[in-house]
Amino acid sequence: MLELRAVTAGYDPKAPVVRNASLAVAPGEAVGLLGPSGCGKSTLARVAALLHRPDSGTLLLDGTPVRRWRHRAPREQRTAVGVVFQQPRLSADPRLRLTDLIAEPLRATGRREEAPGRVAELAAAVGLTPDLLGRRPHEVSDGQLQRACLARALVLRPRWLVCDEMTAMLDASTTAALVAVVEEYRAATGAGLLAVGHDHTLLRRWCDRTAHWEDVTGGTP
Amino acid sequence: MTEPTPVLSVRGLSVRFLMPGGRRVAAVTDVHFDVAPGECLALIGESGCGKSVLASALLGLLPANAQSAGEARLGDLDLISADERTLSRKVRGRLIGLVPQSPAAHLTPVRTIRSQTEETVAALAGIRGRAAVRDAARAAAERAAFPAGHLDRHPHELSGGLAQRAATALALVGDAPLLLADEPTTGLDRDLVDRTVDELRRHVDTADGTGRGLLMITHDLAAAERIADRVAVMYAGRIVELADAASFFGSPGPRHPYGRGLLRALPDRAFTPIPGLPPELGALPEGCAFAPRCDRATDACAALPPVTGGVACHHPVPGSDVRAAEDVHA
Repeated sequence: MLELRAVTAGYDPKAPVVRNASLAVAPGEAVGLLGPSGCGKSTLARVAALLHRPDSGTLLLDGTPVRRWRHRAPREQRTAVGVVFQQPRLSADPRLRLTDLIAEPLRATGRREEAPGRVAELAAAVGLTPDLLGRRPHEVSDGQLQRACLARALVLRPRWLVCDEMTAMLDASTTAALVAVVEEYRAATGAGLLAVGHDHTLLRRWCDRTAHWEDVTGGTP
Repeated sequence: MTEPTPVLSVRGLSVRFLMPGGRRVAAVTDVHFDVAPGECLALIGESGCGKSVLASALLGLLPANAQSAGEARLGDLDLISADERTLSRKVRGRLIGLVPQSPAAHLTPVRTIRSQTEETVAALAGIRGRAAVRDAARAAAERAAFPAGHLDRHPHELSGGLAQRAATALALVGDAPLLLADEPTTGLDRDLVDRTVDELRRHVDTADGTGRGLLMITHDLAAAERIADRVAVMYAGRIVELADAASFFGSPGPRHPYGRGLLRALPDRAFTPIPGLPPELGALPEGCAFAPRCDRATDACAALPPVTGGVACHHPVPGSDVRAAEDVHA
């Protein structure tokens, strides 16, 4: 279970953007979180991915409350969640070739030797050719870079995936392709998904259930 | 010809980038299309297919390593051969109004919307005098439904929708006969997308029928469906299909397999991606560039398909005359 309980979070303690938000994702379940731009749904996604410490409230990962966040979180919790962000350009180190970008989580957790096999496997799954893997972010399109970012999120085989507007910058075909990759991964591993976005049509098609921002926050503005 | 004289007429436009090591990237190849007054043409395609390069070519904003050929006539002016002086003094803002991709980044961050609008009306509409400029700026903001109460804000203090309206207001100041909108809806939420394209549409439809033309470049098919009169599908630098929007999005649907694939990928349709990736513009195949991803490909696809009836394909999906069976099964 990935469980957010009464989470209040934001950047100014006097005016938190997320107030009292509660949401649970069961293992293997795909939940879509819908809300207009600027409502705070990305902040909540960052909390769910252990990337933002909430002002109050609890995040439970498989029953264990998260007490430390970002790089201070224990590795076991940190690597249980894979994240894909909206803007691939801003979430990819411009100096890394795509192959190193995908392998970075393995390198960071001291499992470098698994990289060649795992990268090849994932590159095939997300549809990146060997030629593209040797390039740096400025030499590929947004769609190609987002494919690499998705592969990076899957490289440690997370039990939970958080996709924050993963496809907002992409065209219809790339969107369908990346959603298919996520669903194949989930079918194979039983991972749970929290997909955040504003596209009702997409999230209703993609997820088992969708939750509206007003319902998640109990109607408090 | 009963058609009105087009606002923009593009003939045989090609753009090549010369890369280090003598590589040539064919970003745009042999593009032909017209935009009529009061018409919206949506140019759609996957990212990296050359759409934005085409927009830059029309505005004369290509980088130094680009070579362009062909013609793009706007009135009696050819935009491709025009010199920088003509482009900066006559074209940008006055003949072509640009609605940018990311308005928040397009606006000057350190100045208020009022200050930028006033500068624009002074430069483009030739208005002099402090009071007159102030009034004209307020009127310009009003035209794009930008609330007067927000004029003294800086771009970072505006929501995405308001920044979009501010940028649209600036694009409309010069009363340009052609509006060029480059991905105006990327990253906006659905309600905002609808509002933005409806507003763009409003500036195209004018009561007297002598409206502006709008060329909207987008990969958002829902936005294109909402606003466009005609659709041009671009793939690997070429326009592979030019069709009426109603028949493209409705019945009989796209005739080029690529257009059909794009629509099939939509979440409210089949939600299946087109297999494979678009080709590299630096290493295009000899024949049909879509053939490697196409389920209708045959040996004929090794040759470049000619454009017949608005479609560049050796075996297009049959048109309206014989379409019945195909579409029932699709």
